[in-house]
Amino acid sequence: MRKEVLIGGFGGQGVILASVILGRAIAVYEGLYAVQTQAYGPESRGGASRSEVVISDEPIDYPKALAPDYAILLSQEAYNKYLPLVKEGGIIILEKDLIPHRNSELEKKLKVYALPFTEIAEEEVGLSLTMNILVLGFFAKVSGIVSEESIKKAVLDSVPRGTEAINTRALEKGFELGEKALKGQI
Amino acid sequence: MKYPFPVGTNDFIQGDEAIARAAILAGCRFYAGYPITPASEIFEAMSLYMPLVDGVSIQMEDEIASIAAIIGASWTGVKAMTATSGPGFSLMMENLGYAIMTETPIVIVDVQRSGPSTGQPTLAAQGDVMQAIWGTHGDHSLIVLSPATVQEAFDMTIKAFNLAEKYRTPVVLLTDAEVGHMREKVNIPNPDEIELLYRKLPQSDEEAKFPFGDIHGDLIPPMPIFGKGYRTYVTGLTHDERGKPKTVESEIHEKLIKRIVAKIENNKKDIIEYETYDLDDAEIVIISYGIVARSAERAVKILRKEGIKAGLLKLNVLWPFDFELIEEIAEQAKKIYVAEMNLGQVYHMVKEGANGKTEVELISKIGGEIHTPYDIIGEIKRGL
Amino acid sequence: MYLKSSYEIRDKYLRKDMLPTIFCPGCGIGSVLQFTLRAIDELGWSQDEVVWVSGIGCSSRVPGYVDFDGLHTTHGRALAFATGIKMANPDLKVIVFAGDGDIAAIGGNHFIHAVRRNLDVTVILINNFTYGMTGGQVAPTTLKGLRGTTAPYGSFENPFDIAQLAVASGANYVARWTVFNYVQGIKSVKKALQKKGFTLVEFLSPCPISFGRRNRMKTAPELIKWYQQITIPISKAKNMPPEELEGKIVIGEFVDRDRPSLEEEYERLKKRAKQMMGFEEGEE
Repeated sequence: MRKEVLIGGFGGQGVILASVILGRAIAVYEGLYAVQTQAYGPESRGGASRSEVVISDEPIDYPKALAPDYAILLSQEAYNKYLPLVKEGGIIILEKDLIPHRNSELEKKLKVYALPFTEIAEEEVGLSLTMNILVLGFFAKVSGIVSEESIKKAVLDSVPRGTEAINTRALEKGFELGEKALKGQI
Repeated sequence: MKYPFPVGTNDFIQGDEAIARAAILAGCRFYAGYPITPASEIFEAMSLYMPLVDGVSIQMEDEIASIAAIIGASWTGVKAMTATSGPGFSLMMENLGYAIMTETPIVIVDVQRSGPSTGQPTLAAQGDVMQAIWGTHGDHSLIVLSPATVQEAFDMTIKAFNLAEKYRTPVVLLTDAEVGHMREKVNIPNPDEIELLYRKLPQSDEEAKFPFGDIHGDLIPPMPIFGKGYRTYVTGLTHDERGKPKTVESEIHEKLIKRIVAKIENNKKDIIEYETYDLDDAEIVIISYGIVARSAERAVKILRKEGIKAGLLKLNVLWPFDFELIEEIAEQAKKIYVAEMNLGQVYHMVKEGANGKTEVELISKIGGEIHTPYDIIGEIKRGL
Repeated sequence: MYLKSSYEIRDKYLRKDMLPTIFCPGCGIGSVLQFTLRAIDELGWSQDEVVWVSGIGCSSRVPGYVDFDGLHTTHGRALAFATGIKMANPDLKVIVFAGDGDIAAIGGNHFIHAVRRNLDVTVILINNFTYGMTGGQVAPTTLKGLRGTTAPYGSFENPFDIAQLAVASGANYVARWTVFNYVQGIKSVKKALQKKGFTLVEFLSPCPISFGRRNRMKTAPELIKWYQQITIPISKAKNMPPEELEGKIVIGEFVDRDRPSLEEEYERLKKRAKQMMGFEEGEE
């Protein structure tokens, strides 16, 4: 079982943190193997951001995504660049408001979930910054590759002290939306 | 003892962080460094952990001073380490030679990035292999290790300390930006499950008089550390068994340098470690190391599925080098490929080892991106 | 001041099997070594608690001649090695025996940073204005107009004042003498050795063979006379206008203070870190 996840967006969206939490949930709490890599640039903030998590039940050889089974795309640039890489039949999760131009041809072969995650984080959790955690909850639910419990533990390990409550709220909102999406209610 | 990070458990951490934690568990209590991408995370972790375990972490004025400080610390009997990347590693060449000549156990981590010069600071490369082995001037030998995963970065850091102590030599842990920065599952064992080695100390005042003499017949002199009353004199000049400078006596120079080389070369079997994958019946053999070996393993799996008899030799130790093993493989294989992130370094050693028994071809990639399995497969298929 | 015989000092502190030294006739290094050994002797320090560290050059050969632990390192780097020794084992007393080329040129940056950190070492500096071992090239200390093999027409650069550099960088004790200031020299080294933090005692030291010969001072006595002409005691210099001090070298004690040393600061840091992280002592 080798699964590849690609998360793409722009700096400040918490792309890297989301991937680290996912990897941690898998490696530490699910007892599987995970490796997370990211594209580094000299700039610490801003610019394009891309991170990958490879998950497996056996030690991982090639540590990067060859054809992602899952992609979380949070900007137009990430969408344009990474959508063509996604494996046929793969699942993609899109930040709807930030990706105005879509490629319906490519999306045909994929399972697509597109929601205004940033807006939901702002309005329903109360902080747009928690969007990455909300998406992670949504991803956990619709992908089924990581349990709610594991991802929750990994979130609590990783977020800054004092932000546990709001991030837990974001995560649970993600679970809830994911549940609805699975039932076709979104 | 209380540790500043969880032990006896799995964690999900960067290669750099794993190296720092392993060093602490290996008993390293002195770290000196200078900030540099992509090795700074090692230094940052050491700065956090060292004061808590009564060790020292100090930021020096440059990498020359960093390696000098750890050599000084080692002569007080403390296990010591520094970490850097290409530009800093270049500066360390001077005192790397001093550590070899004075037989000082130290560990140097080089988290490779592209060069020459400042090159690509954030991207991985394997361009420092020859520098690690031969970068300092004069005849010498040392030990160079190459991890491919975060777990190996952890395990090989402990091995690096053990080899440094056992053979009284500097050991280079030659990793790269990819392994250094990637986060991966790593098992951090309980400290009591980790086997640690310590340098041989003189057992008598008489033994201490020969800090550079083969008094036990194993080529490794006991190390009389400072402050114990031995009054040892240590110099980078050619010296006799007692440490006295002898700069024009050719036979003393020859004896000293040949012993320093022989203590590594004669113990090849103990030092060298490698892994094979589907090698037994392989007609196409890929030889690789570090991060690229993971692409190569994947390539072998894919080629095997297609009915091509491919196999992998993954080198965990780059020096000393097992030329005989390469010759054995060359006798069986139809073709050997060396996959590495440079324009050919281990390739030349493999060619020498193969000794004309079979064709050796380089699968090179530079620019910062690691080989994909298909980069390797493509080259191999072109040759079929 | 009672002085033990030189033979007694020699027999107690020198390694007989390393003699004779490489030093030339008229060289001042032996005198400065004697001051240092006498200072150690008067302090009653054990030979087993002191480490001598050096770089490269004539004066850097000294650790080989004395019966102590010694680390003869690479050119200019002695203070970086000394940092490792002192920080890894603060119980050891560390003496760095160095020359002006070693400390002020190739080791200049290590020097200012070791001073800045206030590392607890004593630097005994032999300043002979030249690279003696390699045959008399000019050094960063060579006064303008003086000759060396790499300045056959005279040096055209400004020289370094190493003692003032140490003062400005934060040393706890800095003094400068000539090798002929016998009593002051011993007292000053003794003071430096006893003091925590970075201490420097610089000695203007004759090198007739590599330096004097090229500057019309073929013998040590000629160099002594020259030192008498160019040095001004600090007490006198204080009342002199800058014009008159042009081309002169001030001798005496420049600073004597007690800022906390690097090891003391590190001990404090360890306590702070342990408190912050819940690693209080006794909790292990």
